[in-house]
Amino acid sequence: MKPVAFDYARPRSLDSAIELLKSRSRAKIMAGAQTLGPMLNLRLVQPGLLVDITRIPELLKAETIGDEILRGACVSHAAIEDGRTPDVGSGFLRRIARGIAYRAVRTRGTIGGSLAHADPAADWLSALLVLGAFVEIAGTDGRRRVALSDFVLGAMQCDLASDELLAAIRIPSAIRTARFGYHKLCRKTGEFADAIGAVCLSSDSMTLVAGAGSGQPILFRDPSHFMRDGDPANAGAFDQDLAMQSLKRAGHGGDEYELQIQAVAMQRALQEAVR
Amino acid sequence: MDKAGIGASLTRKEDDRLMRGRGQFVGDVHLAGMLEVAFLRSPLAHARIKSIHVPEDLSDSVFTAADLDGVRPIRAVSALPGFKPSDQPVLATGKVRHVGELVAMCVARTRAEAEDMAARIDVDFEDLPAVHDMLKARDRNSALVHEDWGDNLFLETLVNDDMAQVARQAAVKVTREFRTARQCMSPLEGRGAVAQWDSRLAQLTITSATQMPHIVRSGLSECLGIDHGAVRVVAPDVGGGFGYKGILLPEEVCLSWGAMKLGRPLRWLEDRRENLTASANCREHHYVVTAYADKQGKLLGLDAEATVDSGAYSSYPFSACLEAAQVASILPGVYDFPHYHCHTFSAATNKPPILPYRGVARTGVCFAMELMIDAVARELGLEPTEVRMQNMVRPEQMPFDNITKKHFDSGDYPEALRRAIEAIDLKAVRKRQQRGDADGRHVGVGFAMYCEQAAHGTSVYAGWGIPMVPGHEQANARMTPDGGLELRVGVHSHGQGLETTLSQVAHEILGIPHEKIMVVHGDTALTPYSTGTWGSRCMVMAGGAVAAACDELALRARAIAANLLQTKPEKVTLLNGKAVSGKVSVELSEIARVWYRRPQDLPPDVNPSGLEVTAGYKPQRDSGTFSYAAHAVTVAVDPRTGEVEILDYVVVEDGGVLVNPMIVDGQIYGGVAQGIGTALYEEMPYDADGQPLASTFSDYLLPGATEVPSLRLFHMETPSPYTRFGVKGIGEGGAIAPPAAITNAINDALRPLGAELCVSPVTPRRIVEAIRAARTSRGAAA
Repeated sequence: MKPVAFDYARPRSLDSAIELLKSRSRAKIMAGAQTLGPMLNLRLVQPGLLVDITRIPELLKAETIGDEILRGACVSHAAIEDGRTPDVGSGFLRRIARGIAYRAVRTRGTIGGSLAHADPAADWLSALLVLGAFVEIAGTDGRRRVALSDFVLGAMQCDLASDELLAAIRIPSAIRTARFGYHKLCRKTGEFADAIGAVCLSSDSMTLVAGAGSGQPILFRDPSHFMRDGDPANAGAFDQDLAMQSLKRAGHGGDEYELQIQAVAMQRALQEAVR
Repeated sequence: MDKAGIGASLTRKEDDRLMRGRGQFVGDVHLAGMLEVAFLRSPLAHARIKSIHVPEDLSDSVFTAADLDGVRPIRAVSALPGFKPSDQPVLATGKVRHVGELVAMCVARTRAEAEDMAARIDVDFEDLPAVHDMLKARDRNSALVHEDWGDNLFLETLVNDDMAQVARQAAVKVTREFRTARQCMSPLEGRGAVAQWDSRLAQLTITSATQMPHIVRSGLSECLGIDHGAVRVVAPDVGGGFGYKGILLPEEVCLSWGAMKLGRPLRWLEDRRENLTASANCREHHYVVTAYADKQGKLLGLDAEATVDSGAYSSYPFSACLEAAQVASILPGVYDFPHYHCHTFSAATNKPPILPYRGVARTGVCFAMELMIDAVARELGLEPTEVRMQNMVRPEQMPFDNITKKHFDSGDYPEALRRAIEAIDLKAVRKRQQRGDADGRHVGVGFAMYCEQAAHGTSVYAGWGIPMVPGHEQANARMTPDGGLELRVGVHSHGQGLETTLSQVAHEILGIPHEKIMVVHGDTALTPYSTGTWGSRCMVMAGGAVAAACDELALRARAIAANLLQTKPEKVTLLNGKAVSGKVSVELSEIARVWYRRPQDLPPDVNPSGLEVTAGYKPQRDSGTFSYAAHAVTVAVDPRTGEVEILDYVVVEDGGVLVNPMIVDGQIYGGVAQGIGTALYEEMPYDADGQPLASTFSDYLLPGATEVPSLRLFHMETPSPYTRFGVKGIGEGGAIAPPAAITNAINDALRPLGAELCVSPVTPRRIVEAIRAARTSRGAAA
């Protein structure tokens, strides 16, 4: 199938992008278009105007500012995979990027596009959530900063008005000293995940994300209740049944199988982090 | 043996253009004034069309069934007793019978604009209950796909035997129910066609991605009511077929009609969504099988009921019955047992018409039979390979007529299995299982055997009585004035490498260098009639025909050479592109030059037909060649997630004499990749409304490079006693055994957990749920 006819604009500044979004009622932002492209072709999206934001220099930046790593929304997965951007841990972000879909998708796909699409199965959502990342949103009234956990409202839903765009991601760089674990289960290489476990373990805290369920990823700030002896640093004490119960209580809508593989993904991420 | 003839692993001649992106596919065709077509397809599986409203400004660009004067429905009959034919309207008439059925043809400058038009057509449908399941289709009170039939059965067949007697003698009786998912063949290139009317020749030229240009020509002639002479079908480079393109398409008929009506070339290119949602068309079988055996595992009889979901219409030319009727005749596989009862049903449902996919019914049949063998072995506490050994046809029985009268031409089936056991190292796997794996995964080993009837001809297909019955195959061989060779064949090559292998056959006989041999195929105006490329027949049939034409050409060349060398033709031999007699010789190119350009040097009694020959061929027996293979695989299964890793995969095959072993290896690789898709990934689910639930490749999973392991291939070579050079058809084989072998391996791995799967694909979810079910039933038992 081919898309319906639409207008196309490629602004060079954030302000003109926002102006375009304001001026047209059926305007749609295009970043890497790796999801939007197929949706256009399937006519599931029928925009009046596509605003291509990939040529706005500000959105391509990737640098460390103070105690944060900043990443422009249009930094591609490939740029991260290739180590061209600041990282955390021993290449944690590189590794996440490398596991996204296929290289062709990574070349065009962007980190901001992925977050704004808010597909629960997307890698960045779970990975950045466990890192305690913030997003920076640009709009008519200037900028606002939102914790990623507040930004994502549900599956394919996020806190973004029609005249706003996600401009940057900020990752606390204190996290550099932490240890990480990440495991995703998918039917085949490059496919969307069926379950994701992401773990960030620092000297005084541990967070764990269960992603790729039917709703938004679930953030556990105190995973000790999955552990038979309550010690989060002892992966051997992970209890699958307790984890499945916790997932259910936290609103994971999956059936037995989905809960089980979710728990396994969490356990494997945990094992990796404490290794 | 010459290094470039039969048996040489020559790199493929066609790859030079294909690997450089210089192939010419339907999508590369651009004609002056050409318009693009999009079809409005039915969104519903089963509904009555109450009205179709086309906006007035589109009346010259949108066409419905009411516009198609004189166009007949597609009708693929079968002579099998009791078969009910269906009329498949090229554009829906009265009602729609599957999602994706064509309702209207929209013509515009671009595809996008044609799709805009389709979106503006308003169809008033009256919903009818969808027949979405082949077993429910057999119910007396089911809705009817074709009302005038009175039921939903294209065909019912019965192989009758008294099983009560067998049941009394048998030490064990094992019953299993099997189901295989509906699949969608997924060649890299979809379907597509360009139709053009030539007013000078008063001829329609349709360029189509087809496996069988001559059959499409006959079909178009019948549906359009015009002479064969007024239709030319060209199949350019085609990006894979596998059976998906072995069909007369309603789209081809529409485009042809439209091109004649509008006087403009029309093109339609199938997109992946159409491919998936409108053409999920193969592999969906259901079986209930009971095997009877003695204590040693010797099979005493097999009792089976098989149902095939044939979809809504009988597709042209293979018909809706080929699959299920084939099930009955090939279910016994490589085994020899005395009693067999089999009842088959070809059920009509509100799904796209079934098409034969690489291996046709064999993939499902092999799954059912080979899982039964393992089930019997488990019941008796025997090694599954022992049960196979007990029951296989033995080499000293060859040629062997089996219980369904299939004539196995040659081979040593037990030896293939022995080699597979050794290669996979069965003993080592059993030891490893006893030790257990530290990561908690369970290791299993599985085997599957099959034999594959290929290049079967008149005697087989006359009985089916479908629109095409293969007879003699012809080839045309023509020497050019500069000593080159042109071969013209009616089959088509779309991945098989025939431009190379047929060249090897000619080279074997004439010694002409490959760079001077051109294989012309895919054009009804340029090639002899042929039923086309299907049934692993081309190397046997077209190869045999090319050999016959080259033999005759050699005879004529020797006669001319004898005159030039002043000797007798019988004293002349052809060697490395030369005609040799004793110490003197003349180049073939010189012989060609003499025939075409210096006829004054020809002998007075020269054959006036010259250096161009059309010759025909059929093997001594046309009941088919039987290549065969043993597949063995080890897997590791994670019982918590249902993940399956293929640790090792071994194929031991016998395809008779191989013309090009490297191409055969490629065929096996490709086939096994597809078989892995069937085993573990591919499934088109339908809901109760007959809606296909996968519409992109993110829902319909195909194995990719990372899901296909490195295979270890081993060859045996038992020449066919009936064919030229002893070749056997082998193109489909790789796709047959993987679902059976892999599922047997998974079941072997799950054995300690008491779980067994009898369904394909074996998904992680199915594995985890089977383990849970086994645990629950054990718990209940305890």
